[in-house]
Amino acid sequence: MTATVYVPGDAGALSVGAGEVAAAIAAEAKRRGMKLNLIRNGSRGAYWLEPLIEVQTPRERCAYGPVRAADVASLFATDFLNGGKHPLSLGLTDSIPWLKGQQRLTFERVGVIDPSSVADYVKHGGYKGLERALTLTGAAVVQAVTASGLRGRGGAAFPTGIKWKTVLEQSAPQKYVTCNADEGDSGTFADRMLMEGDPLLLIEGMTIAGIAVGATQGYIYLRAEYPHAHAALKTAIAAAYQAQYLGANVAGSGKRFDLEVRLGAGAYICGEETSMLESLEGKRGEVRVRPPLPAIKGLFGQPTIVNNVVTLTSVPWILAQGAEAYANFGMGKSRGTLPIQLAGNIRRGGLVERAFGLTLRELLYDIGGGTATGRPIRAVQVGGPLGAYIPPAHFDTAVDYEALAGVGAMLGHGGIVVFDDSVDMARMARYAMEFCAIESCGKCTPCRIGSTRGVEVIDRILAGVEGERNVRLLEELCETMVQGSLCGLGGMAPFPVQSALKHFREDFRARV
Amino acid sequence: MESLPSDQIAAVRRIVAQHRERPGPLLEVLHAIQATLGYVPEGAVPVVAEELNLSRAEVHGVVTFYHFFRRHRPGAHTVSLCQAESCQAMGAEALARHARQRLGIDFHQTTADGRFSLEPIYCLGNCACSPAAMIDGQLHGRLTPEAFDALVAQGSPAK
Repeated sequence: MTATVYVPGDAGALSVGAGEVAAAIAAEAKRRGMKLNLIRNGSRGAYWLEPLIEVQTPRERCAYGPVRAADVASLFATDFLNGGKHPLSLGLTDSIPWLKGQQRLTFERVGVIDPSSVADYVKHGGYKGLERALTLTGAAVVQAVTASGLRGRGGAAFPTGIKWKTVLEQSAPQKYVTCNADEGDSGTFADRMLMEGDPLLLIEGMTIAGIAVGATQGYIYLRAEYPHAHAALKTAIAAAYQAQYLGANVAGSGKRFDLEVRLGAGAYICGEETSMLESLEGKRGEVRVRPPLPAIKGLFGQPTIVNNVVTLTSVPWILAQGAEAYANFGMGKSRGTLPIQLAGNIRRGGLVERAFGLTLRELLYDIGGGTATGRPIRAVQVGGPLGAYIPPAHFDTAVDYEALAGVGAMLGHGGIVVFDDSVDMARMARYAMEFCAIESCGKCTPCRIGSTRGVEVIDRILAGVEGERNVRLLEELCETMVQGSLCGLGGMAPFPVQSALKHFREDFRARV
Repeated sequence: MESLPSDQIAAVRRIVAQHRERPGPLLEVLHAIQATLGYVPEGAVPVVAEELNLSRAEVHGVVTFYHFFRRHRPGAHTVSLCQAESCQAMGAEALARHARQRLGIDFHQTTADGRFSLEPIYCLGNCACSPAAMIDGQLHGRLTPEAFDALVAQGSPAK
């Protein structure tokens, strides 16, 4: 029997040597005259164990990690192809405690299947959601999404069903489904993992959206920093066309849905939905004034769904398993599961999909194991570069949209960046303003000018120039940006600054 | 303004012709020009403008809006170091200092021998393996100064 070995082709796994490991395994098998079925899967998300390789045994999949190319010969010597014991043995993949404790709905196939294979996708339950959607009216599909309680996972947390209903109700010569895959927040990689590890899930989610609201054209707006995801999406889209899950006759329904990927070009602001639409139209990514909402007047002036990757990839499960099954996960107004990303200075970093409601403390210590450096955690930034810094005093807060808002923070796209006690919070505040200055689209003054002035004011504070007066000025400037900016970039860039001033004021002292 | 050699003008016209019929083609065209020529030369702007029936200002405005589009020929290898928060939490600033010193250039510069260009980048989506860098499209994680030196010494290895 030919052994099956899984070595992730995920960009993160490749970044720590999975490519060399795959090559070494192929070479060693060849040297031994053995035939191997080497599959390049996505990552399981346990990045602290990457490169994590798996072997299909008659029972289940056995995992080994973190594997270096130099370990490969000894793995063969200990008969790892039959699950043999080795110092890098992790046992059955599904029994690894870090993975076992998760509730994977959206990520159920990521790291499990061959992302390029429609057959493997279908074999593992793929396209069940579309199949169900094709038996329903568009309004019933939209109703199911509404009933599931799904809220936009990109950061704004707007109820997805309501957005879809608005598009459904428009009559227009052309409607669009656009996927915002401009995952620019530091500390986030859920979109990337999904697109690389289960790209057909995104295609299925967008197809369901298109059929529900009567849109025949979809665009995935992908950031240029993700070349691996780009390749995976192009392969999967071609395979879906080949299998007639895309095109003029989706799954034999007689309905059309076409899909293509468009690349961004390194502008953080294009994660803002109206800026993304401008960019998709081939223009500068300057934000539009709302109203009109994109759902009414979006891409090329037509009614347009704009959803994040995680939002769209949550839809097939909801259709296949039922809205109620999804809504049974979670707490309060945050229903379902959330892919949380543990990043930065963390010992066991990676992707954790759980129902809403875990506390930060559980995530950071029980799952994450504290910092990678072994020093105490001083602060975490939740929700990307526009998210607040949270001190340990608030670590018992639940990861839920409303609970985080209650401590002046926001969940955003679910990224948590951990800092140890060597962090200088005044420098992090300065960076927040600097980043806003670099990435501002320039359309409104509070953001364009305010961010640059913010950097200067912090520099004066740190230089000991009229410290107290300049701290007051910085607070006023933050308030102006929050109140006066056109979109979330200028409107939220002050959040990390304000939270640093509030919780870590001692860092804003003059430096010699 | 530098004028473009005639073979490059022809290449730009061919690229525009390939994308002209697509909705909102300008970004696609600029990506294709950069993929072919290595950057978007100033001299390509009027050619694209004419072919797409846009003003030069519109094309120039788009080229300069996006960080990804380069307006000068890059070095043989482009090293992009992530400078965002997650990587900062794992020593990205020290790594950047090391890289500047090792290559003898600052961000946005190219070494005199034309081998390396150094760029800051804001998140590569590899935040559980910080600090991260991308060298010629290859992603690297848990990067140390020693590993950086090894990569640079190899010119740029395959991963």
